[in-house]
Amino acid sequence: MVDVSKGGAPGGPGVNLTKGQAISLEKKGGGSLTAVRMGLGWRAAPRRGLFGSRTREIDLDASAVLFADKQPVDVVFFRHLVSDDGSVRHTGDNLVGGAGQGGDDEAVLVDLERVPVHIDQIVFTVNSFTGQTFQEVQNAFCRIVDETNGQELARYTLDGGGHYTAQIMAKVHRVSGGWQMTALGNPANGRTFQDLMPSILPHL
Amino acid sequence: MTAELVRGQNHPLPGTRLEIRVTAGAPLVPCVSLGDARGAVQGTEWIVHPGAPALPGVEVSRQAAVGPRFHVDLEALPERVHLLRVLLALPEEAGGPGRFGATAAPSVAVTHADGAGIAAFTLTGLDTESAVIALELYRRHGAWKVRAVGQGYAGGLAELLADQGVSRASAVAADIRATVARRVTGTVRPPQPDAPVPAGPARAGSGVPGGAAGAGGTIDYTHPGRGTSPPRAPASPSVRPPGTPSPAAPPGPRRRPEGPVAGDAAGWSMDERLYNQVWGMFEDLARSVAAYRSAVGFAESRMDRELDRVLSDPRHRTGPAGGAAREAARAEHDQLVARAREVLDRDLAQLVAESEVVEPALPPAYARWDSPVWHAYRVPTETPMALRLGDVHLPERPGLRIPMLVRLPLERGLWVDSGRTASEAGAAVDGDQLRLMAMETAVGVAGRLLAVHPPGGFGVHVIDPVGTAAGPLAPLTGAGVLAGPPGAGAGGVAAVLAGLTRRVDLVQMAIRGGAAESLPPDLDTAEQLLIVNDFPHGFDDRAVTQLRYLADEGPAVGVHLLMVADRADARAYGPVLDPLWRALLRITPVPDDHLADPWVGHAWTYEPPAVPNGSRVLLDVLGHVASARQPWRL
Repeated sequence: MVDVSKGGAPGGPGVNLTKGQAISLEKKGGGSLTAVRMGLGWRAAPRRGLFGSRTREIDLDASAVLFADKQPVDVVFFRHLVSDDGSVRHTGDNLVGGAGQGGDDEAVLVDLERVPVHIDQIVFTVNSFTGQTFQEVQNAFCRIVDETNGQELARYTLDGGGHYTAQIMAKVHRVSGGWQMTALGNPANGRTFQDLMPSILPHL
Repeated sequence: MTAELVRGQNHPLPGTRLEIRVTAGAPLVPCVSLGDARGAVQGTEWIVHPGAPALPGVEVSRQAAVGPRFHVDLEALPERVHLLRVLLALPEEAGGPGRFGATAAPSVAVTHADGAGIAAFTLTGLDTESAVIALELYRRHGAWKVRAVGQGYAGGLAELLADQGVSRASAVAADIRATVARRVTGTVRPPQPDAPVPAGPARAGSGVPGGAAGAGGTIDYTHPGRGTSPPRAPASPSVRPPGTPSPAAPPGPRRRPEGPVAGDAAGWSMDERLYNQVWGMFEDLARSVAAYRSAVGFAESRMDRELDRVLSDPRHRTGPAGGAAREAARAEHDQLVARAREVLDRDLAQLVAESEVVEPALPPAYARWDSPVWHAYRVPTETPMALRLGDVHLPERPGLRIPMLVRLPLERGLWVDSGRTASEAGAAVDGDQLRLMAMETAVGVAGRLLAVHPPGGFGVHVIDPVGTAAGPLAPLTGAGVLAGPPGAGAGGVAAVLAGLTRRVDLVQMAIRGGAAESLPPDLDTAEQLLIVNDFPHGFDDRAVTQLRYLADEGPAVGVHLLMVADRADARAYGPVLDPLWRALLRITPVPDDHLADPWVGHAWTYEPPAVPNGSRVLLDVLGHVASARQPWRL
């Protein structure tokens, strides 16, 4: 199950998403979205006892896969931080998590105006690289933010999310003249995005 | 040292107790608003202004005889505060300027509590705005940084506060104005009207001909979509994507100026900013073209697939249905390619406009030989961070040339390839002619290196075993800037190599032993360049070994190699020399597409820096270098 909670953005209530719901990425007052960020945050594993460094650290990874006509063309993840065209950028791998208080520990920035014309879908995924299921991870969330004004468009809470190590979060896809986002929230299992490809394809 | 910021630039703050000083040509209402992690102002109690002059961690000075001043203690700010914005508003009084365009550009400086400068920002280009966000200080991963914002609001303080999420913003703004008016505007007295505006490097850079007002006329800083100007599509936030992905961009409406500006990149000096800007343009061009090529490649493979499908369907092989399907596949292809081209042309136009502004602003070390900056050449007092080794371009827009800047001191040696088979353009040129051109290219590079180093900071040695390069070497020998006569014959080769090998050995020993002061007095500690022509003529095995030693060990101790060679001439050595060629950066005397960029690996066409025909610029520059050396020699 995916717990979908409301985003508390300053400019008004965030969109309350349910699984599979599509929202058009249009700004209030016209104009479509130009840049979005998928942010991922979680709380670092607590240090335990004398040998604190032996604590099993939690490494969640955010990835974005770019598709043209259902063919994967490029992928942005911790080993390839910028898509070749420069439109999708990963802010860098965070191996341990953060304070778990709502800040993004990893983020993927998408400049929708610069996405090559043949790319028609971008799928965002989250994986647990270190193998913990979302049940074991505290205060983990994933959100989609309008990068131009910081307004949160959607937020998922991942913890308590069952015995899954991955989630196919959302996709943004072209509709006539602009972009639309569809919340997917589909649980899956895998260490990196490659393991998820079979689970991604049905959503294209 | 004060960093002169440009709009949008950020800068780390070394301490937490700071002072922010404002210099302006008119009385101002100075305010500070605090923002939470989302940038929102929680309420009126988060606004500091002359009527409510203090909050924990922020205070606006009451004795502001020289202009408004804020005292900030970042450690004392509430935990929830992540953002501190410095706001300036013009009072709405009769007879006041009413708009920033009618006053001298205000400037803001961030200093340590003791007054030592950290960063400064001049808010140029404001017009109808009567309130502006000058700076913001923001918390990022536990550390504070300052960013130059310069976002103006034509609707004044009310509009500015409303934009930050303050409820009843107009009432709050009116309140602030009322308290300020009651306190006698004299508390915030203007400085002398002709107060000098700090002339930082950024201003010098944007003051070049066709600078800030480059492509789009005057720059419009009014808020997008607000009354005074017609709404327009917001500029893409990464028209200039930073070299590294920046999570630091805070939320909030921001907009880039429409026209490109020289030096519009991060850096401590104009030199560094231009270097980063050029590399930014290089990356943008590489990525834009990658997007285009990827779209075209996709369009072609899709069309091929469609055509294959049509062909494999027996019903379609002949007849109108098959023809129509083929037509449709081609139309789809053409449509996609046209859209990709449109996007590419948009990007290229932006980069061409930027290039037109940046090229004239480049200092000699980054400039082409035909740049007017060489006419005002003076021997520098310090080495620049990089040197232009030529231009690179892509076939999609051959006219858009990106300066190829390499860091100084050189990290690896250079190889000017004089081989005819090495490049397409080279094959069209006569072999001897090409060798001469290669040597001319090498002399140009050596001249440039001499010109950008301070007097006595760079020595050039030449090995020319059979004297074939006497002609191209004339500018260097004529000006008398060589460290010694070109080494000729086997004896000359051995002598030059022995001298430089000794230098590498001694400097290495001194560095390892930590005894730099015990170097013999006759040793020249300046950077050294060795030009080798016609390798391997005149080289015996011992000389080849010494040359390889210099190539491997030299760069770390300031001895650099500039080979002018046709690899085919050294065939007899077999694969022994492969590491030597690989260790050198290969450039060509004629345009050749052999350089790859570090991001997507396109093949870029390199062009050497050519001295215009009949131009004396190289000779004049070397003349300056030679005369600047005289006092050092004596």
